[in-house]
Amino acid sequence: MASTERETLLDPLINNNPIALQVLGLCSALAVTTKMETAFVMSLAVVAVTALSNLSISLIRNYIPSSIRIIVQLTIIASLVIVTDQVLKAFVFDISKQLSVFVGLIITNCIIMGRAEAFAMQNPPLPSFIDGVGNGLGYGLVLMLVAFMRELFGSGKVFGFSVLPLVTEGGWYQPNGMMLLAPGAFFLIGIFIWVIRSIRPEQVEEDFHVGALSEPGYEGSVR
Amino acid sequence: MKLLRDRLDRIAPYFEKGGALEKLYPVWELQDTLLYTTGDVTRTGSHVRDGTDMKRLMITVVFALIPCMLMASWNTGFEGMRAIAYGAAPLDTWQTAAWNALGLSFDFKSTFHCILFGALYWVPVFAVVMIAGGICEVIFAVIRGHEISEGFVVTGALLPLTLPPTIPLWMVVLGIAFGIVIGKEIFGGVGMNFLNPALTARAFLFFAYPAALSGDAVWMAANLQGVDTYSGATLLSQAAATKGALAGFDWWDAFWGWVPGSMGETSAFACLLGAGLLILTGVGSYRTMFGVLLGTIFMAIIFNITGSDTNPMFSVPWYWHVVLGGWAFGAVFMATDPVSSAFTARGKWAYGFMIGVLVILVRVVNPAYPEGMMLAILFMNMFAPLLDHFVVQANIRRRLERSAA
Repeated sequence: MASTERETLLDPLINNNPIALQVLGLCSALAVTTKMETAFVMSLAVVAVTALSNLSISLIRNYIPSSIRIIVQLTIIASLVIVTDQVLKAFVFDISKQLSVFVGLIITNCIIMGRAEAFAMQNPPLPSFIDGVGNGLGYGLVLMLVAFMRELFGSGKVFGFSVLPLVTEGGWYQPNGMMLLAPGAFFLIGIFIWVIRSIRPEQVEEDFHVGALSEPGYEGSVR
Repeated sequence: MKLLRDRLDRIAPYFEKGGALEKLYPVWELQDTLLYTTGDVTRTGSHVRDGTDMKRLMITVVFALIPCMLMASWNTGFEGMRAIAYGAAPLDTWQTAAWNALGLSFDFKSTFHCILFGALYWVPVFAVVMIAGGICEVIFAVIRGHEISEGFVVTGALLPLTLPPTIPLWMVVLGIAFGIVIGKEIFGGVGMNFLNPALTARAFLFFAYPAALSGDAVWMAANLQGVDTYSGATLLSQAAATKGALAGFDWWDAFWGWVPGSMGETSAFACLLGAGLLILTGVGSYRTMFGVLLGTIFMAIIFNITGSDTNPMFSVPWYWHVVLGGWAFGAVFMATDPVSSAFTARGKWAYGFMIGVLVILVRVVNPAYPEGMMLAILFMNMFAPLLDHFVVQANIRRRLERSAA
């Protein structure tokens, strides 16, 4: 693999992680990570959708009129999500039920739209495909880490296998209920971002100090 | 004293810039300023407006907490031993073993016995909070190069008072570590935290281990299983469960604090003593405290007038609300935290008032949580900067109009 392609694939894992650096796709990261099993299936689904949507959009990128490109992109993404949802229902029905609406909501996942807009519209099909896989994996990496911590400390299990025997089942581990609540995932993602940015300080945004909002001239950059 | 001063001065060069132990400067600084009045006064921090510094400010709060700490020891012992006298079994803990080894009786009428028995439960929690929290604090002070603030001593003194006597010590460690690190240090330490760290720690424990911090069985240092004649439930949960339950209790019991509850929060009287000291010294804001009181009265009266056939909490009058649960403790010590509360005078009134309104809302309308003080204060902590923003903007507008005229 050429070095630029390797970079396209590996860059989104840590250096330019869609969740940790771009802070996109948090909603589903909070919702599906109470168990590793669901998080794993969700990650696979997102990898498939980002990769294929990037590929298809890149293939027709020169034929899409700029004024309706968002609609065209959404149509492609929506079709892919429906296919993914049907595949999950056909082959892993139980997990599909647990994921409930969140597979359908992949359509609204900012990562996919963001990559289509930012990468696939300007690049040839193969790099776009690799970029999609990379970003999907970057999302999946955070999802799996968060799900690992949540399942381990929240219910004492890893992939459904009991690792820390629970007090209620005669063991010694008192499960941490906070981990099973959405805020638990929020804290974990926050800590994850903290760790990454401590190791790589270049990821820290420009200083947003107290009182910046009320300074003259700041209004423009407040989102 | 001279000897001590000389010793500290002699070792000082090792800890100052360029010394061999430079990294551990915060630890030396802590000892130095704890023992002697510091040579420096606080240079930043707009909430300090006189010749005192942050350390005196925080130590005053600890002094104000002393009545609550004494009550924490006495009432924990008293409630536990009274329940044992009514037929409950002593808890299967080292405290009971130590008590039996000392050959002491479960005599709840003796003040000395009560304080000693309660201290067996409260002191370990306090010590664990101080040690575990202190370690987190020192690690961050050393890495980030800031002082070890006495703010931590206040957090460490507050948290044990808000926990039930039966709390396992490892949970206390987790809670204080979460409160110090997530509630305070990641925002930059004391003065930068927008949430009260002690309440953050308690909220973490409350949601992570609900069985250890809520329900009817955890509030007493005794095992009430199978005892029908005696209840370990807090007055709040009893009032929420049955209509007119409060009629069976004496208001003065709740005021003085001999009722079940978290260790240091039961006595409104002890909190009142603390409030007196805080208001006299100007450390705690009377605006916040009276704001909470007004909000509570306002909302409780609205619910009293509305009434409800199914929810007994609607009819609880405000003068009961203020002696139940953590109301007094929260209003006096938690809401007035100078860092996480509003800064402006009007902002404090609004902030306090909204806490009062919210606490009654949670207590009365929310069926899941009988107590609402912690959630109300944390919620308003988040809105304090917004309230300040409005007050400051209104002031700017007013002055612009005056100068324009």
